[in-house]
Amino acid sequence: MSVIKINQDLCSGCESCLSVCPYDAIEMKDGKASINEYCQICSSCIEVCPEGAITDTRGAGGSSEGKLADYRGVWVYAEQRDGKVGSVANELLGAGRRLADDLGVELAAVVIGAPESEAKALIEHGADKVYVVDDEGLRAFNDEPYSEIISDLIGEHKPEIILAGATAIGRSFIPRIAARMHVGLTADCTQLEVDKDTRNLNQTRPAFGGNIMATILTPNHRPQIATVRPRVMKAIEPDAGRTGEVVTVKAQYRKPRTRVIETVKEESASSVNLQEAQIIVSGGRGCGGPETFVMLEELAGVLEGTVGASRAAVDEGWIPYRHQVGQTGKTVCPKIYIACGISGAVQHLVGMQSSDLIIAINRNADAPIFNVATYGVVGDLKEIVPILIKKIKKSKGIA
Amino acid sequence: MNIAVLIKQVPDTAEVKINPETGTLIREGVPSIINPYDLHAIEAAVALRESKGEGKVTVVTMGPPQATDALKDAIAMGADEAVLVSDRAFAGADTWATSYTLTLAMKKIGPDLIIAGKQAIDGDTAQVGPGVAEMMDIPHVAYVRKIEDATDKAIRVQRLMDDGYDVVEADLPALLTVVRELNVPRLPSLKGKMRAKKAEIPVWSAADLGADESMLGLNGSPTQVKKIFAPEARGDREMIEGSAEEQADKIISKLTELKCL
Repeated sequence: MSVIKINQDLCSGCESCLSVCPYDAIEMKDGKASINEYCQICSSCIEVCPEGAITDTRGAGGSSEGKLADYRGVWVYAEQRDGKVGSVANELLGAGRRLADDLGVELAAVVIGAPESEAKALIEHGADKVYVVDDEGLRAFNDEPYSEIISDLIGEHKPEIILAGATAIGRSFIPRIAARMHVGLTADCTQLEVDKDTRNLNQTRPAFGGNIMATILTPNHRPQIATVRPRVMKAIEPDAGRTGEVVTVKAQYRKPRTRVIETVKEESASSVNLQEAQIIVSGGRGCGGPETFVMLEELAGVLEGTVGASRAAVDEGWIPYRHQVGQTGKTVCPKIYIACGISGAVQHLVGMQSSDLIIAINRNADAPIFNVATYGVVGDLKEIVPILIKKIKKSKGIA
Repeated sequence: MNIAVLIKQVPDTAEVKINPETGTLIREGVPSIINPYDLHAIEAAVALRESKGEGKVTVVTMGPPQATDALKDAIAMGADEAVLVSDRAFAGADTWATSYTLTLAMKKIGPDLIIAGKQAIDGDTAQVGPGVAEMMDIPHVAYVRKIEDATDKAIRVQRLMDDGYDVVEADLPALLTVVRELNVPRLPSLKGKMRAKKAEIPVWSAADLGADESMLGLNGSPTQVKKIFAPEARGDREMIEGSAEEQADKIISKLTELKCL
């Protein structure tokens, strides 16, 4: 039974709630609305009911406040490959710094399997303290010891918030920590804000294949753990003068039951380009076929950028998956994103909307891509793109 | 080798559209399907049983009664048995409470290997697989793209990483979550469909699992959905009008202003 209840005496049968429910969880029975087992307690129906007939029966606030107050501080898990901490750690520190300042607490980074020398850059990017667990046996990523070590550190130091990258590593071992400690974990967050009174973290993420956004709370458990996709948060400018404390941790852990036999690097050049690119020219269903991508490739070439694509174009087979931008592809954050024939399904938007500037070219003036665009161009990309290529070549003095 | 496969019935999110007026999902006519990644998990389990020439594949899902359809589809693909874990007490479960519930079901089955899709396409969290492994106190390997070898004691797989792949060996029992590159899921055979039609699918309730009620559904879930909304529009959009030629000129002047040309 859902905790959302509809007072049958107050319900007028107006059906307002039916149309706002994202889960099909409300049905009409004898002219009155009733909630079925699909209810996910999103509370959308409560707000629209003109009769005030729908209520959340949970009541406010948890009972374990005293215990929650023991948890203070923000942590960032700084992941490493081959002993080198990656750029996602700096992005997380950028987000973590803001949260820590809002809460008036310390920001710490935790590194497993890298030397102490990696701590300096983390401090320059905003960490007040760095816990370093340097151990040859932990150089290669291994879920069991990693989750055990972080869980033990959480138990000892009690941070209230932990951020990790929504990477192959973070998405694999962080869920073990949440399972072990019975705490909340929210995956793939695109926005993080703290409520200074409750100290709750509002964790916003795309849901339903990126069709909608959901804000998730963990009101009665600490720490609150969130993973964040790479390239969503911005790192702060490193400050070589910043000082911080480095704490060397000698970790104890059980003998792992998984062993990394071999690590093989297999970087696909273009997917790296996509995430590093300053300019991305991206195509969607409106391209109509693979030949249009040849044209987009040329435009990207003259702009010294790279080519992206929506899932629709990839599913059609016009361009390989490694070019895909969006919820199920790459998250990108270029200076300029030129969307050609992309309607702008939310699952695409979540992968590119933090671009500095977005130019959208689409024939349909009502396409949702125009809602996120800086400059909107209603027109035929097959006409406009060739003109662009010609004029840019001319201005650059290329034949 | 006894293999359990964790699957989920999901709405086909590729078919979900947004009502532009209300900003809500249009669910009407959206089909329910087996989570696409789980098809690869089923295929891997059935293929492994075939190559070993022995063992059993049991498909398990937690969901409402209609999730039986997904289990029958899995039997049609070659799974031997299926179990529906279903109870009103499970409603509102987040990934923690779901992991807890499925862990109890796994303990009842006692498999040597558990396989699941890397994530479900409705929630996209990728948390339940590793969560079950932790609660069962067994190792897991996520994002498996190839199974290189499996013995009675251990399994060797390739794990997809952001910069390539790792070859990882795990002692059994273990849990794997799998990606699309792993295999091509087979279509149901005629014989399989006949078997699925006749299959009796047991339903396990909270009581059957001996569950602690306080760990189930909403009560056991640390996370709560505060609100759901359509993404906001940026407020500062400027439309570029005119003929294609004029539009192109204006784009170029913007790019020039930005020092991109």
